[in-house]
Amino acid sequence: MAKNLSPDRWSLKEGVGAFIPWMGSYKTMRARNARTGVLFILPFIIGFCLFMVVPLIESIQFSLNDVTLVPGEGYSLSWNSFYNYRYAFTIDATFTQYLIDESGKMVINTIATLVMSFVLAVILNQNFKGRTLARAIFFLPVILSSGVLAGIESQSQTFNMLSAMSEEAANASGINISASLQSLLSISGVGSGIFDIIFDMIDAIYDIVMASGIQIIVFLSGLSAISPSLYEAADVEGCTAWEAFWKITFPMLSPLLLVNTIYTIIDFFMKNSNTVMEHINTLQNNSQYGQAAAQSWIYFAVALAFIGISSFIISKGVSSSEN
Amino acid sequence: MKTKDTSRANKAEHLSRTRRNSGYVLKSRIRKGTVSVLRALLLFGLCFMIIQPIISRIGVSLMTESDLYDSTIVLLPRHVTLENYKIVFDLTSFLRKDFPFLDSMLNTLWVSLVVSVLQALSCTLVGYGFARYSFPLKKFWFGCVVAMIIIPPQTISTALYANFNAFDIFGIFTALTGKPLNLLKSTIPYMLMSLTCMGLKDGLYIYMLRTYFQGIPKSVEEAAFVDGCSTMHTLVRIMLPDAVPTIMSCFLFSFVWQWTDLFYTRNFFKGINMYSTKLSTMYSQMARYFSKDANVSVVVSQAREQQLINIGVLICIIPLIILYVFTQKTFVQSIAMSGSKE
Repeated sequence: MAKNLSPDRWSLKEGVGAFIPWMGSYKTMRARNARTGVLFILPFIIGFCLFMVVPLIESIQFSLNDVTLVPGEGYSLSWNSFYNYRYAFTIDATFTQYLIDESGKMVINTIATLVMSFVLAVILNQNFKGRTLARAIFFLPVILSSGVLAGIESQSQTFNMLSAMSEEAANASGINISASLQSLLSISGVGSGIFDIIFDMIDAIYDIVMASGIQIIVFLSGLSAISPSLYEAADVEGCTAWEAFWKITFPMLSPLLLVNTIYTIIDFFMKNSNTVMEHINTLQNNSQYGQAAAQSWIYFAVALAFIGISSFIISKGVSSSEN
Repeated sequence: MKTKDTSRANKAEHLSRTRRNSGYVLKSRIRKGTVSVLRALLLFGLCFMIIQPIISRIGVSLMTESDLYDSTIVLLPRHVTLENYKIVFDLTSFLRKDFPFLDSMLNTLWVSLVVSVLQALSCTLVGYGFARYSFPLKKFWFGCVVAMIIIPPQTISTALYANFNAFDIFGIFTALTGKPLNLLKSTIPYMLMSLTCMGLKDGLYIYMLRTYFQGIPKSVEEAAFVDGCSTMHTLVRIMLPDAVPTIMSCFLFSFVWQWTDLFYTRNFFKGINMYSTKLSTMYSQMARYFSKDANVSVVVSQAREQQLINIGVLICIIPLIILYVFTQKTFVQSIAMSGSKE
């Protein structure tokens, strides 16, 4: 009886019975339900084992071996004592360069995307005319910057010879605001390193907005879940809008910050336009399967490290702000 | 006369009220006005930034080649032509002369449809299983779903490629036909993967649907059980009708992302003409296309290349935008719902 009260504990007999039909116990309703549940997720289990676990193991093997595809028979492996990893770090001239570049870009982009989507969500949550339309437009990039479209946009250096042309025209007549501001500030000698980053961000604002569709929606949903009575109470107590933002809105949204950070990092790392991804794809097309596998594992490890670090920092920050 | 009086009286009252609350109402009204003007400016700017590329693409797509080099033309073409579209249609269905009209587009359409139906179906079942049943190792399997979201498909693509190059389950096919199957030329591998929740972004859909199904009160299920409703009946008659918007949105996401997907398409649909692969290789096709009449190779100017690519992108996104206009609510709402519980 006591056992039945804790829904997450299973005896070995029930556990076996849920996965293997002809063994174990399935007489109790709980056990039968468990079996139904397993049946429901069975497609996932099969798929995960066949198309995720097996390839993962093979991919680790690939990364440790010299791989040659034998037409009609699969592939053959020969151990080459971490040559692929050594290749990635010491022989491949571009890989480490790309990796460092992309990581740096990722950090800046993630921060910018989070700030941008946060601000936009706060704005879009207010009541004004045309709100639905504005929301619809801000969500459009989710569709328009996916897959092949994102790649094409970034590879066409003159994405829009038009914009390049207009920029030129603006330069000629001296009304390129960001450039002139930048030169002004650098002449006056204010810490140029940080300003460079900020100006890079401003120039990349199109990419940032294009990358923040889902994040805006997630923040918006969090905002609409905050009860308005909180703000009313704060207002009655003489809280200014600024204080209300930092004392109510920000803490209430901070759990979603973690979700959005992880989503942004993954999104950035998996983009086709990513130079590391392109590099790995090129290797694969050149039949350097071992090297490609090794490099994608290194890349994945880096991504995972970033996710780990950022979620550690954020969860620390969230818990401290709650205390 | 009378109205003038009342308006004057109103004004006086207004003034005295303002004096009485020492301008509080007036101030807050001014503040609100300023905020809304600033907000409108900011939103307009950003929205314009998102929309502008589409508009300029449409403009550029209608220009003749000479218009491209004319620096006085920015957005509106001087000589309107639809010739470019024909060229892009030809370029994207390069392989089949007998059916020159958008062969690859039709392929993309049916592949996206089939894949997204399969994905929505399997993810619904799996999400439902995760949300409504408890079974041993549930946390472990859900961890696997999350892992699937995080692991980039590129990590396993090489192995998958090799796997489908010589496909075999426990040596069955080798035993039957003497050698393993080569599935690289067919669409079967990817269909199998979508059916088993391993397709593009399937982890996300499982997550969304699970969050939705978790929100349904347990008592609904119990009432159905007491009234003698079977498991399948509970799912089909009680759970699914309410879940249609969420499932629809998974379907739509899957459709849209599959439509534009390059990674899986490039790896798994080598045998058939897909629009996204065509689009990404359009650069290399152009020189050959323009030189196919004469025997000299033609250098296509960069502006021209860009124009044709832009048209390709436009053709790709127009169906999606039309779809989005009609289903915008479904898209946004379900993400919002699943986000609120994350």
